[in-house]
Amino acid sequence: MAAEMEPPPLGDAGQTDFREIEDGEGFFVSTVTTLESPEPSSPDPPSMPAEGISTNGPKQEDISLDDDPEDLFAEATEEVSLDSPEREPILSDGPSPAITPVTPTAMLTPRMGLGTAEMFERSLDEIEEDDSGDTFDMHIAVSDPEKVGDGMNAYMGYKVTTKTSMTIFSKNETTVRRRFSDFLGLHSKLASRYLHIGYIVPPAPEKSIVGMTKVKVGKEDLSSAEFVEKRRSALERYLMRTVKHPILLKDPDVMMFLESSELPRAVSTQALSGAGILRMVNKAADAVNKMTIKMNESDAWFEEKHQQFENLDLQLRKLHASVECLVCHRKELSVNTASFAKSAAMLGNSEDHTALSRALSQLAEVEEKIDQLHQDQAYADFYLFSELLGDYVRLITAVKGVFDHRMKTWSKWQDTQLLLQKKREAESKLQFANKPDKLQQAQDEIKEEIEELEGKVQQGEKDFELISKTIRKEVSRFEKERVKDFKVVIIKYLESLVQTQQQLIKYWEAFLPEAKAIA
Amino acid sequence: MGPRSRHTAQEGDTLCLLEINARSVSVDLNNDASLLIDIPDALCERDKVKFTVHTKTTLSSFQKPDFSVPRQHEDFIWLHDALVETEDYAGLIIPPAPPKPDFESPREKMHKLGEGEATMTKEEYTKMKQELEAEYLAVFKKTVQVHEVFLQRLSSHPILSKDRNFQIFLEYDQDLSVRRKNAKETFGSFFKNMVKSADEVIISGIKEVDDFFEQEKTFLLDYSSKIKDSTARAEKMTRSHKNVADDYIHISATLNSLSVDDNTALKKFTNVEGRVASDEELKLTELLRYYMLDIQAAKDLLYRRARALADYENSNKALDKARLKSKDITQAEEHQQQCLQKFDKLSESGKRELTSFKGRRVVAFRKNLIEMAELEIKHAKNNMALLQGCIELLKSN
Repeated sequence: MAAEMEPPPLGDAGQTDFREIEDGEGFFVSTVTTLESPEPSSPDPPSMPAEGISTNGPKQEDISLDDDPEDLFAEATEEVSLDSPEREPILSDGPSPAITPVTPTAMLTPRMGLGTAEMFERSLDEIEEDDSGDTFDMHIAVSDPEKVGDGMNAYMGYKVTTKTSMTIFSKNETTVRRRFSDFLGLHSKLASRYLHIGYIVPPAPEKSIVGMTKVKVGKEDLSSAEFVEKRRSALERYLMRTVKHPILLKDPDVMMFLESSELPRAVSTQALSGAGILRMVNKAADAVNKMTIKMNESDAWFEEKHQQFENLDLQLRKLHASVECLVCHRKELSVNTASFAKSAAMLGNSEDHTALSRALSQLAEVEEKIDQLHQDQAYADFYLFSELLGDYVRLITAVKGVFDHRMKTWSKWQDTQLLLQKKREAESKLQFANKPDKLQQAQDEIKEEIEELEGKVQQGEKDFELISKTIRKEVSRFEKERVKDFKVVIIKYLESLVQTQQQLIKYWEAFLPEAKAIA
Repeated sequence: MGPRSRHTAQEGDTLCLLEINARSVSVDLNNDASLLIDIPDALCERDKVKFTVHTKTTLSSFQKPDFSVPRQHEDFIWLHDALVETEDYAGLIIPPAPPKPDFESPREKMHKLGEGEATMTKEEYTKMKQELEAEYLAVFKKTVQVHEVFLQRLSSHPILSKDRNFQIFLEYDQDLSVRRKNAKETFGSFFKNMVKSADEVIISGIKEVDDFFEQEKTFLLDYSSKIKDSTARAEKMTRSHKNVADDYIHISATLNSLSVDDNTALKKFTNVEGRVASDEELKLTELLRYYMLDIQAAKDLLYRRARALADYENSNKALDKARLKSKDITQAEEHQQQCLQKFDKLSESGKRELTSFKGRRVVAFRKNLIEMAELEIKHAKNNMALLQGCIELLKSN
């Protein structure tokens, strides 16, 4: 192979980029573009840019082992490792929007030719160290829903206000306007970037065709106002959950979402777009795959956790259903109380005994106030309790997804191993082949393939170990967050109940003398 | 006698033994020591409820000063109808008959519980069963109360308390079923009810001579429809309240299995919520329901009087005709006199009855509204204490 390698053809059409080196631009620029030219820029923008580069890494080393080009490249490598900003223009060539500089160390490791996996491992540790310095202090509010446009092209714009004292953000307080598809776009980017390596990415609020159509059509009634409020609250919770995750917080897309005034329109989130259909197909394929993968779970922890999450899922769904029932019944109670209040008022009117008549009217008033109390309580039931449960049911789905990805990673590793084995068998078979002239060539080919596969197997193992490690960390973080979350919400909910009881006491105590005054 | 409530309930067809103290929707009617009636306990087997009617009396008309008899719901109905049919009592408001014991709602719930047993945790199931038993108990208490009040109304009425049938009811220590209606008579009373609705037309059509009755008529007709409406809505309201309480049972059971927090307080909260609903029902809904029936009884009095008036007017016309024809004058005169007498008697006692009815109604409303308000306050305070305890526990963890 080395023999086939031509000396750096400065004037060669196929390697025009070399000219750039001569022009004195950053060596690295040309290096990377050269290496990337045989392969078109990856169709999947969110995939870790480093990955493209890292796989180029080994190749680079290969080349640097060669004669003349070697020197140039060797220099290039060194140059780049010192100067991260030079990387920027390269990355912006990719289809994904401009990525603001992330911790330099994180980007450097691929230069040394390590796999993506290790890079992340390092960045995780580094970020954890960062955390101790920069405590989490952030508050995001989603507010002011406003309808923009008319008819079926209308949409709701929301104001997103970020208040923080963390240093990674450029300002202490930022306000931007976003629409629902922007949130979905953010989630889709984060999901494709982080889910398959084991991070639990919080799911975005669900689409609702019915709800949105009502809003678009301009129905100004209670149900569409409720829908908008429900969505606004869900978006706020989604953002808070996302930024609470130490890795996701530092993601450039997240920061851009929170800070830049203009965001490219995320069309791939539309249900009927090409990307949407692709998503559906992938989901179906995943479901089938899941059924066919039989993993030998060597790690008891995972077995246990998997079971735990299955249980938790069931319980949460049950609880969610019960709470929804409660909300429904409480709304009914409120309606019935109001109707009784009216009826009691009428009864009081027709009562001819004055004191009793007055008492009955008072009773009607009390019941009316109580009806309002019930309504408020139903509101609390829903927004505090029911929505939290819904969020967690969806979160658990994400957790299960992450477990599934681990299975897939394992499966990929195993498949590669099998393939390697087959090749080795083929190699040993070749030993007993009869055609000596072709033998050498075939043997060489197989040796190459085997080497490649060995590398892949190693990579697969590393990937699997990394995802397992990540999941462990994520799960423990998730559990902590869950307990905290639930505790906070349940306390709030109980406090709302206490308030209701206090009000009830007030109302009935005010009524009592009236009742006693009946003579 | 302080309140004591003991009940044992078993699977399937409930066999409940209930000892409760006398609580009345109406005023404390057991004032007159000469005749004290109460229902100290009741037994329910399948559909039948057996009440133990206990009488304590100083009157010589009774054979013993202190005695008890078992009675069924049908016996009460017999007594009521016997009183209604007595001509002499036409000018009185006969206390409304107690409604039939209705275990439909808890029975349906028990059915659902049995079906859903598989989907519930053991704890949830026990809790739901407890709620169910509490509901059975509540229905039970209600029906006993209503039957008791009926008897107490009779015993405190100067005229009705001396009724022969009433005495038999209280004293006769054997099965009353011999004396109860047979099929023919039930049909007869059904027919009478049809006639009564025709009376509604008469009563609104008749020209009233007396201001008092005119007012009463307008008032009662209007009030009757309003109170019917209120009763229905109050029922709906308390039913919704019960649903909410039931939901809390399911929620606390699931929370328990999630062991997210220590929710014994939440469980107690569900108990209290359930009790609020049933107390509300007892005080408010039952009050309204009772008076709905009572108003009907008052209206019945007016019908009877209106009929008497109609009869009187008819007899007048007959007399005039007779005088014209100079035939059977004395007969017609006599008849007219009778009708007039009847009408006057009815008017006089009617006035008395309706006035005391109003007084009774006002007092009963007062009592029940006060009690309801006090109970609501008590429960709310309990709830608050429970919830605050729970919050403290959670925060300290």
